[in-house]
Amino acid sequence: MAENKKDLILDIKDLVIHYETDDGTVEAVNGLDIQLEYGKTLGLVGETGSGKTTTALSILRLVPDPPGVIKNGSITLDGKDILNLPQKDLESIRGNLVSMIFQDPMTSLNPVLTVGEQIAEVIGLHENISEKEAADKAGQMLEVVGIPKERYGEYPHQFSGGMKQRVVIAMALACNPKLLIADEPTTALDVTIQAQVLETMKELREKFGSAMIMITHDLGIIAEVCDEVSVVYAGQIVEHGTLEDVFERTLHPYTEGLFGSLPNIEERRHRLQPIPGLMPDPTDLPKGCCFAPRCKYCTEACTKARPEMKWVSDTHYVRCSRYDEPGFKIERSVQ
Amino acid sequence: MATTNNSAAQAGTATKKRGQFKETWRRLKKNRMAMIGLTVVVFLVLISIFADVLFDYDTVVIKQNTQIRLQGPSAEHWLGTDEFGRDILARLVHGSRVSLSVGVVAVSISLVLGGSLGAAAGFYGGTIDNVIMRFMDILLAVPSLLLSITIVSALGPSIINLMLAIAISSLPGYARIVRASVLTVKDQEFVEAAKCIGANNFEIILSHIIPNCMAPIIVQVSLKVASAILSTSGLSFLGLGVKAPTPEWGAMLSGGRAYLRNAPHLTIFPGIAIIITILSLNLLGDGLRDALDPKLKK
Repeated sequence: MAENKKDLILDIKDLVIHYETDDGTVEAVNGLDIQLEYGKTLGLVGETGSGKTTTALSILRLVPDPPGVIKNGSITLDGKDILNLPQKDLESIRGNLVSMIFQDPMTSLNPVLTVGEQIAEVIGLHENISEKEAADKAGQMLEVVGIPKERYGEYPHQFSGGMKQRVVIAMALACNPKLLIADEPTTALDVTIQAQVLETMKELREKFGSAMIMITHDLGIIAEVCDEVSVVYAGQIVEHGTLEDVFERTLHPYTEGLFGSLPNIEERRHRLQPIPGLMPDPTDLPKGCCFAPRCKYCTEACTKARPEMKWVSDTHYVRCSRYDEPGFKIERSVQ
Repeated sequence: MATTNNSAAQAGTATKKRGQFKETWRRLKKNRMAMIGLTVVVFLVLISIFADVLFDYDTVVIKQNTQIRLQGPSAEHWLGTDEFGRDILARLVHGSRVSLSVGVVAVSISLVLGGSLGAAAGFYGGTIDNVIMRFMDILLAVPSLLLSITIVSALGPSIINLMLAIAISSLPGYARIVRASVLTVKDQEFVEAAKCIGANNFEIILSHIIPNCMAPIIVQVSLKVASAILSTSGLSFLGLGVKAPTPEWGAMLSGGRAYLRNAPHLTIFPGIAIIITILSLNLLGDGLRDALDPKLKK
């Protein structure tokens, strides 16, 4: 493992989270590692149910418990050991040091409070200022995300989807968090609005200097905003590297599959090549590599043991046992 | 009256609270039925406040005058007289004090108590939920009038105890309603979002969940004030509520029972008073529910 002692805002080590239900144990996150430096943006890509959101919630210690149980691992956020903090300290961290943008702005705003009140609430909770000052600051935050502050007293249903998401962003950024977690922030929006919202987020993130974790299954968004990418499959990072590493020097067959499922505007010769099969049942993960049943490079050995992390450069690693064989290459890198 | 104040303050963003109140009022005004209800309720409240000015308690309301007993409506006694020759209008006016105050106080007590129990049960779930709701089930298992009778006889008949008894017997209704609406709201994403911004459970329940549960609560309150007035009447009839000769609508209603054939106005007028009060409270409650819902804003 590359031992580079950088300044880390977030350091997740070997995180294991299970949902223990009556119907069996759902292994949502299985030994996941994330290292993120101050001010950098990390993209988490993966299919639905691969454990991205669970990971994000665990950073805020908001994994629903029961049934969620954090089995193993450590989460260090800005030097604080999140898994062993008392409830009170957690409350002061949430929204302040780290904040979250949710997938669906339609449901993540309270329908009976005005948008201004909701932004002012965050500020009031974390900054020791009067209600009036909090309201003023909330008005400023609205302006920052491009909404006139005259609309302070309006209710969420009077806003369009894109504007609601801007309000959510304003709430998330109101206390200058050092880490911003965006959980599919644009999935519920249409494409033109997506672009606007992403642009706003990018601008503001630079302005406030926050680090960001962008959770998405849209590789386009990743290419747009991220410095580093982690590809998550069945609760594990199967490939991690800088944007160039993952996009240009793709190593893992699953990442290749993701790119294969994207339409290519310049080359319309091929049909799309979707990844065959489905995500393995998280209550019953295969013994070997979790991707093995769907992988066209799968060998006997792949189904026997879980692959280890393999660093190919200082910034790039992959979890695939085929790279133990000298000269192994996936099709994408041959082209 | 506060218009000058208001327009000056409108510029600042911190004064939107007042704007919200004005907004609700504006929408309530558009609802004609609700305004009728409100007018009647205000009228009744004023009457009960100024009852002493309208009719003297000792000489008109409780003084017996058997020579003029059971008279029908006349210019002198607008609604006639009862079996002891007392003016029915005067007794209705003074009776509104008892009926309204019992209704309002009993409902406030059970709303605050039952509501917080229900909210806690719904929000925390698990053991807390079980303990609270099973206790409510026990209360619910006893017919509410029977429960009130038991409580009043244990504590001794008085208006305060009457209020308490009615409040306790309607606790489960509030607890169940609030719990049910908390359950539908608490798993919504904005509650999770509130957790993410670092709000604690108390703040979340108070400022995010309860405002979203207002609609059923308001309806329940307006219905329950009415039923509290009815319960008071029932208990008074059994001799456990208001003691004679204090006028009370229910007691008047049941007192006139024996004369139903010859002097029906003894029962009709208190009955009408109860009906009007209950109807106008329900109309007002309905209108308020709509006016408070920002999603229906036009």
